Amino acid sequence: MTEKKNSLSDRVWDFFCSLKLTITIMLLLAVTSIIGTVIQQNAPAADYIKEYGQANYKLFVKLQFVDMYHSWWFIGLLGLFSINLICCSIKNFPRAWKFVKSPMLVASPGILKNSANRAEYTTKEDKQQLAGRLTDLLKKEFGKTTVTEVDGKLYLFAQKGIYSRFGAYMTHLSILIIMAGAIIGNLWGYKAYVNIVEGTSIKQVLSSSGQTPINLGFTVRCDNFSVIYYPNSRRPKDYYSDLVVLENGREMVHKRIEVNDPLTYKGITFYQASYGSAGNAIFKIKVTENATGKTMNFNARRGEHVKLPNGYSFSINGFTENDRQFGPAMQLHVNSPDGKHGRPFIVWQKYPQFDVKRAGTFSFALINYEEPQFTGLQVAKDPGVNIVWFGSFLMVFGSLTAFFFSHKRIWACLETAGGKTKLQVVANAHRNQPGFALAFDEFKQKLDAVVENKSPAKKG
Amino acid sequence: MESGLLFNLVTVAYFAAMLLFFIYLATRNNTVSLLATLTAVSGFLLQTAALGLRWYESYQLLGSDGRAPLTNLYESVVFFSWSIVLIYLLVDLKYKQRTIGAFIMPFALFSQAGAQMWLNAGIDPLVPALQSNWLTYHVITCFLGYAAFALACGVSIMYLIKIGKEEKYQGDGPMGGLLGFLPPTRVLDDINYRAIMIGFPLLTLGIITGAAWANYAWGTYWSWDPKETWSLIVWFLYAAFLHARFTRGWVGRRAAWLSVIGFAATIFCYLGVNLVLSGLHSYGS
Ligand code: HEM
Repeated sequence: MTEKKNSLSDRVWDFFCSLKLTITIMLLLAVTSIIGTVIQQNAPAADYIKEYGQANYKLFVKLQFVDMYHSWWFIGLLGLFSINLICCSIKNFPRAWKFVKSPMLVASPGILKNSANRAEYTTKEDKQQLAGRLTDLLKKEFGKTTVTEVDGKLYLFAQKGIYSRFGAYMTHLSILIIMAGAIIGNLWGYKAYVNIVEGTSIKQVLSSSGQTPINLGFTVRCDNFSVIYYPNSRRPKDYYSDLVVLENGREMVHKRIEVNDPLTYKGITFYQASYGSAGNAIFKIKVTENATGKTMNFNARRGEHVKLPNGYSFSINGFTENDRQFGPAMQLHVNSPDGKHGRPFIVWQKYPQFDVKRAGTFSFALINYEEPQFTGLQVAKDPGVNIVWFGSFLMVFGSLTAFFFSHKRIWACLETAGGKTKLQVVANAHRNQPGFALAFDEFKQKLDAVVENKSPAKKG
Repeated sequence: MESGLLFNLVTVAYFAAMLLFFIYLATRNNTVSLLATLTAVSGFLLQTAALGLRWYESYQLLGSDGRAPLTNLYESVVFFSWSIVLIYLLVDLKYKQRTIGAFIMPFALFSQAGAQMWLNAGIDPLVPALQSNWLTYHVITCFLGYAAFALACGVSIMYLIKIGKEEKYQGDGPMGGLLGFLPPTRVLDDINYRAIMIGFPLLTLGIITGAAWANYAWGTYWSWDPKETWSLIVWFLYAAFLHARFTRGWVGRRAAWLSVIGFAATIFCYLGVNLVLSGLHSYGS
C-alpha cells in the first residue's frame, strides 16, 4: 500500500481529489472574477487606450482581461474545478454507496461501547419478547428494522435519512449539469436581435456577436406595437407587440408579447426589448381657406410639398410628440404661388383654433398623426436553458438535503447473561450531532417505557 | 405617507434596542436584556406593519399598479433590516444568547436609519422590466440570505474579539470581565457555521431566481455583468467556507475571518457595485 501511495499517478489522482484544491479554486475564481467587474468587458480598443494607456491595453489583451470570462485561463480554472468535482465524487461515492448496499446490521463492540448516544438496561424479561416490542418501537421511529441473530445475541438495526448522504453528490452533479447546459447553449444556440416595423415581417435576425444574419426558417410578422404610459406621465408602463409566426404563408401562432412575457417558437424565443419610431409619420391635416371658409383634408408626410388651391403649397418641416407642455406639435410653412418660402409656424394638435389667429391665407389644424413604430426584439436560441434549470433545481434540492438532513442509524444488542437480559442501544447521525443528541434523549424516554413494560428496569 | 412615520418609529425602536443591549453588556442585568429583546421585538412588529402599510399605500397611490414593497433600493434596504432582525430573533429563540443582540442590532439599525436618511422613499411606478414575480422571489431569497450572513459576521466579530483575549488568558476558572460574559467561543463558532449554512442555499436560490428573471426579461440567464459576477464571488467565498469546514481544518479564527470577508463582499455586491463600479464606467445606463 505505502509503495503504491507514492507512485506519480496516485499523487496526481490525490491532487485532483483533494478538497484543498477545491477550496483553492473556489477562492481563485472569486478573486479573479473581480478583474472583469473592474475592467470593462468587450469594449472598443479606443476606450481602453483612453483609460489605461497603450501599454496597459496591450497587456490586457495578452492576459485576455478584455474578455476574461471567456479567456483560456478562466475557462481552464472552471475546467479544473469540474475535474476536481468528478474525481472527488468517483473517489468517495463508493463509500457512501456502501451504506446502502451493506448496512452494518450488527453493531460492533466498538460502536456499542463508544457511541455518544447510548442507553443500557438489564431486565428479567426474555430477550425475544423484549426484542419484539423493541422492533415495534424502532419501526415506528426509524422505519424498517432488521433483526439478526449472531452467537445467541440478538441485534436490531434501523436507519433513516440515508438519502442525505447523497445530497453533496446531487449538488456536485448539479454543478456539472449547469455547466453542460451553458456549454450546449453556447455551442448550439445564439443571441440575436431584430427590429420589425409594424405591419411588416422578417425572416432573418442579426447575431449579437457578429452582426451576421441568421435565417429563422420561418417568418415573423408584427401586426401592431403599442406603448401604454402611466397616467399623466411619460413613463412607459408597458409595451407590447402582436406577433404572428408564419410558415409557408400559414399563420402558425399569434401572441402578444411584452417585457417579461416572450414568445417561443421552435426553440427560438422573441423578447420585447425596445421600440422606436420607424420615421415617416402620416399627418392628417385640415386646412381652411380663410377668405372663403372652405375646408380641405390632406394626408401629408414630413418634407413633402402638398398642393393647395391657387398655386399655394405647404410642407411640414418638423414634428414633436410633446412641445413643452402643449402636446404634439408640428412646424410647417406655406409657399406662395411665386414659389417664395413662407415663414415657418407651429400648429398644436390640442389647440386647433390657434392658427386662425395667425391670419394667413390658410389656417391649419392637426387632426391626428400616425407614426409607424418598430418593435425591437431580442432573439435567443438556447437549447441548454432547460438543462440549466434542471441543474439549478437539483442544486437547491441537493444542498438542502446535504445541509439539513442527516443519516441516522440505531443499533440494539440483546444478550442473556446470568439469567437476565442485557440490552444496549446506541445511535448516531452523520451530521448535526448536538441536535441528534437532544432527539435521542427524548427517544430514550420511549425506550424506558418499552423496557419497563413488565418489570421496572434498572439503568445500567 | 403614514408608513414613513412608522418607519421613523422603527428607527427609534432599533436604536433603543441597541442601546439597551449595550447597557446589558455593561451591567449584565437580566431585566435590561429582557427589555432590549422586547424593544427589538416591538420594533420588528412595527416594521412588519410599516411594510404592510407601504404595500397598501402603493395600491392607493398607483391603483392596480401597486406592488409588494420590494422593488427599489430604499425598499430593499428596509427589507434587509427586517430580515436581519427576523434572523436574529430566531437565533435568540434557539440559542438564548442575549449578548449577540449588541452585535447584530447595529446592522439592523444602520440599514433602517440609512434608508430613512439617504434613500428616496417615493413610491414610483415600475418600469416594465421590473414587473415580474421573479423580482419578488429574487429579493426575498437574496435578502434573507444576506441577513443570515450579517448574523454570521456579527458573531464572527464577537468570536474574534473574544478568542484573542481568551488565548492570552492565564488565570484559572472562567474568564471574568466583559469578554467572559460573551457566549463561549465554541457556541459563537457554531452559530457562525449554522447561519452560513442557512444563508448559502438562500443565496443560491437568490442567484437562480435572478437568472430566471433575466431570462424571462432579456433572454439571457447569465451575462457576467458586475452585479451577477459579484453575487457569484460571494457564492464562491461561502462555498469555500463550507467546504473548508467539512475538512474540519477551518474552524475558529480562520472561519470567523472568512465569514467577515464574505459579508464585506456581500455588502459590496449589494451596494458597492452600484456606487463604486458604476462610477468607473457607466454600467446599467
Ligand atoms: C462549486 C463547486 C463544488 C466543488 C468543486 C465541490 C467539491 C467538493 C469536494 C471535493 C468535496 C469533498 C467530497 C468528499 O469528501 O466526500 C465536497 C464535499 C461536499 N460538498 Fe462540495 N463542491 C462544490 C460545491 C458544493 C456546493 C454548492 C455544495 C452545497 C450546496 C456542496 C456541498 C458539499 C458537501 C455537503 C460536502 C461534504 C460531503 C460529505 O462529507 O458528506 N458542494 N465538495
